[in-house]
Amino acid sequence: MSLGTFLIMRHELLLIAAALLVLIAEIFWNPDRKRSISLFSIILFGIITIVGFLPSPAGSLFGGMFINTGTTLLMKNILNIGVLLVFIQSVTWLKKEENSEKISEYFLLLISTLVGMDFMISAGHFLMFYIGIELATIPIAALAAFDRYKNKSAEAGIKLILSSALSSGILLYGLSMIYGTTGTLYFSEVATHFGNTNLQILGFIFFFAGMAFKISIVPFHLWTADVYEGSPVNITSYLSVISKGAALFILLIILFTVFPIIIATWQKTIFVTSVLTMTIGNLFAIRQQNLKRFLAFSSISQAGYILLGFIGGNQLGMTSVIYYVLVYIFSNLGAFGVVIAISNATGKENMDDYNGLYHTNPKLSLIMTLALFSLAGIPPVAGFFGKFFLFTAAAQKGFYLLVLIAVLNTIISLFYYLLVVKAMFINKSEKPIEKFSSDFPTRFALGICVAGIVVTGFASIIFEVIRNLSFGV
Amino acid sequence: MDILSLFVVIPVLTITAILLLKDTRQVRLVSAFGMGLQLLMAAILVFLYLTARHAGNSDEMLFVKDYLWFKSLNIHYAVGVDGISVAMIALTSLVVFAGIFASWEVELLRKEFFVSLILLATGVFGFFISIDLFTMFLFYELAVIPMYLLIGIWGTGPKEYSAMKLTLMLMGGSALLLVGLLGIYFNSSPDGTRLSFNILEISKVVIPLPAQRIFFPLTFVGFGVLGALFPFHTWSPDGHASAPTAVSMLHAGVLMKLGGYGAFRVAIFLMPEAAHELSWIFIILTSISVVYGAFGALAQKDLKYINAYSSVSHCGLVLFAVLMMNQTAMNGAIIQMISHGLMTALFFALIGMLYGRTHTRMINEMGGLMKVIPFLSVCYVIAGLASLGLPGLSGFVAEMTIFVGAFQHPELFYRIVTILAVSSIVITAVYILRVVAILLLGPTTNEHFEHLTDAKWFEKISVVTLIGSVAAIGLAPYWLSTMIGTSLHPVIEKIIALNPF
Repeated sequence: MSLGTFLIMRHELLLIAAALLVLIAEIFWNPDRKRSISLFSIILFGIITIVGFLPSPAGSLFGGMFINTGTTLLMKNILNIGVLLVFIQSVTWLKKEENSEKISEYFLLLISTLVGMDFMISAGHFLMFYIGIELATIPIAALAAFDRYKNKSAEAGIKLILSSALSSGILLYGLSMIYGTTGTLYFSEVATHFGNTNLQILGFIFFFAGMAFKISIVPFHLWTADVYEGSPVNITSYLSVISKGAALFILLIILFTVFPIIIATWQKTIFVTSVLTMTIGNLFAIRQQNLKRFLAFSSISQAGYILLGFIGGNQLGMTSVIYYVLVYIFSNLGAFGVVIAISNATGKENMDDYNGLYHTNPKLSLIMTLALFSLAGIPPVAGFFGKFFLFTAAAQKGFYLLVLIAVLNTIISLFYYLLVVKAMFINKSEKPIEKFSSDFPTRFALGICVAGIVVTGFASIIFEVIRNLSFGV
Repeated sequence: MDILSLFVVIPVLTITAILLLKDTRQVRLVSAFGMGLQLLMAAILVFLYLTARHAGNSDEMLFVKDYLWFKSLNIHYAVGVDGISVAMIALTSLVVFAGIFASWEVELLRKEFFVSLILLATGVFGFFISIDLFTMFLFYELAVIPMYLLIGIWGTGPKEYSAMKLTLMLMGGSALLLVGLLGIYFNSSPDGTRLSFNILEISKVVIPLPAQRIFFPLTFVGFGVLGALFPFHTWSPDGHASAPTAVSMLHAGVLMKLGGYGAFRVAIFLMPEAAHELSWIFIILTSISVVYGAFGALAQKDLKYINAYSSVSHCGLVLFAVLMMNQTAMNGAIIQMISHGLMTALFFALIGMLYGRTHTRMINEMGGLMKVIPFLSVCYVIAGLASLGLPGLSGFVAEMTIFVGAFQHPELFYRIVTILAVSSIVITAVYILRVVAILLLGPTTNEHFEHLTDAKWFEKISVVTLIGSVAAIGLAPYWLSTMIGTSLHPVIEKIIALNPF
């Protein structure tokens, strides 16, 4: 393996090395030092995140099965930032007594899913893509069942694994049709051999449905709420941000590079699923009391908005999707960070428990408000810019009706986000959550999220950098 | 730093200063200082503007500053003002200044209250200085969202319901507006190469008529929701009635003007053809606003509701006049915005002060207040007279100009709606005088009222600032209408080009 190869696969190789190092530490460190595995893994991962930003040669490996471009590099870096935040947010939770034996497992599993996602994003061949997607999914099921003595967590694990198996089956079925009609699984060759025959369209629809499971696009979203509720909060935040983001990225790349010929078909598909996803996600979110379920449905609707960036097949669309995922990572992890902090300190996860939170914990309430406003798309925070660009991208290709439906949906979402704000600021409570102070990692992660929420919007340079690395159909 | 951006920077600095304060007692002093500075800046701006115009500077917008923001989308942070925006900025700084003093006695979460209030003001100032649609929209939404907390936390009555209703309806308006703005943006360049959000640049191209027909209604209704356009006005009575004093003042006084200003500056200025074609629909709707609002006010017993419906009527008149699309009526529309902004802020301030003393807002529970609290009562009468359009006060100038302008249209339709709208003046007189009679005159009905105290110093500052301005416009409207008139030319020229009647 030459140095050039190493550089091209830098992200993946470094992650594998990190996973192995964590494993070695687990085996050879004595029990007293194992408590510092968290710190060790985070430092290791922090270094990887920083190294990821160094320039890297574009190129392909394994006869075109693995492709590295500026775009994929950017996507991996964005995911790295998100995972780093998730790691830092997990420290307090991992310190708990019941998790003390499983700290290295947590990092090991999470890093392997990330390796899977990186391979998936860099895939140039449907087989590589499929291996990546499985590598990214199966460890997550183990993570969802992390609190394995809790029924709900075990249930979440089994639900996730079963629904992913089903979705993989559907996806493979679609791929088999594509292979049968084009005779190849290489992205570039499929793109040139793809016609407009019915079987190919059917193959595409199956493929899309399989991906829709992963992104939890309506009507393939039913597993989401239960899995999100049952999993430990940190895993939920990972599922809702990183897994979703990675699946969106690869769907974006495949739609733009493999299926440009049938753009008219997938525009219709996305139109319908986007409207359904936004509307149903929002309507179901209104009735949720458990904040994890609440954020689960909110994240379903967010995926619906993100699909607006897909529909035009334009460069602006790709830019806005990547940009929005970045914004979404900060915003959603900010919201989850508050939920995690409160859950760690008090074990409370219901909206009623948040009544009067502002009077006891003003800072957490403000961060939550900021994050929710960003998710709702209220200026001056980054979510506003993200949504605006998504809508602009759809409007550029004339999908004004879809934009109108989407903005009306943001009003519904604002309603339920404001319910949380109302609980924290306006509602009175007999027994509000008592004043507590979080430890350093929690505060540090929340600080990064807040900085991200505020800065990403105003700093147009981020948008321009992403734009230069994006492309259209 | 250009002078216009200071109008955003000063409030932001004030907010920062408030947040850094340890002692909550100083919060209001800092707020008053910041907004006093803002008022001073507004005065300087008016002076600079008039000097520049006097010196023969005939640019459409003065003090223009343009910073490229998002290069690939050609989004700029662009600011500039003409006479209309200068007038609106002056209005806003007056009302905010008075609003700070009107909320001098807020006890609950004082710091948060002033921060939200000034944040709201920041949005409004930013909106009026922007000439880039993106920046404008950003500030517009920024102005709407603090309302939720202001009404929800510090409001009275069914505050949570009102706050949610108001926020969602206004955001619904901005949803329509967003689609409208995107539509304008993607039609802003005939060959599609150099799309722009800049109002001045877009005004130089003609947006294709089919596009205008779709996006004019969206934009107009989007702004119209904020300007209490029938049937989207229902947030206004609930919102105003539940809001704390300063917020009602700012909201009715300034925020509703965002609607009128935007409808004029964006919807009509950029899409005059569609505006001309479709204006009849909106003229009918605004006429309903005007008359229905007046009748609504007649039927109410709660002082705030009376005033809220009266605002629907008066703001309806603004949109009504804007849609008449001639020099005189539009001139009247702008003066009406200023006049109503000051007058209604005065009203809400007084109602807040009365409520603080009598603990009721129901008119039939009060009576004979003139004897006990003469200062506030006299001020209330003045506000009422301004509202019903007594000559010598600002309301007269505004309404007179509007109706003269509207009646200039030779067509029967316009004449009929004008006559209908004029009838609102009579109804206004009825409900104003009725309230004055019940509330202030006659014997004192409640013995508890015998011991009320008259206005305190900070209340006097608030009220006198506003009354002074109302009287100034009423007595010397000329400078204001010249300032507006010259700035109306670009709009009028575009309209005359398509309909020289």
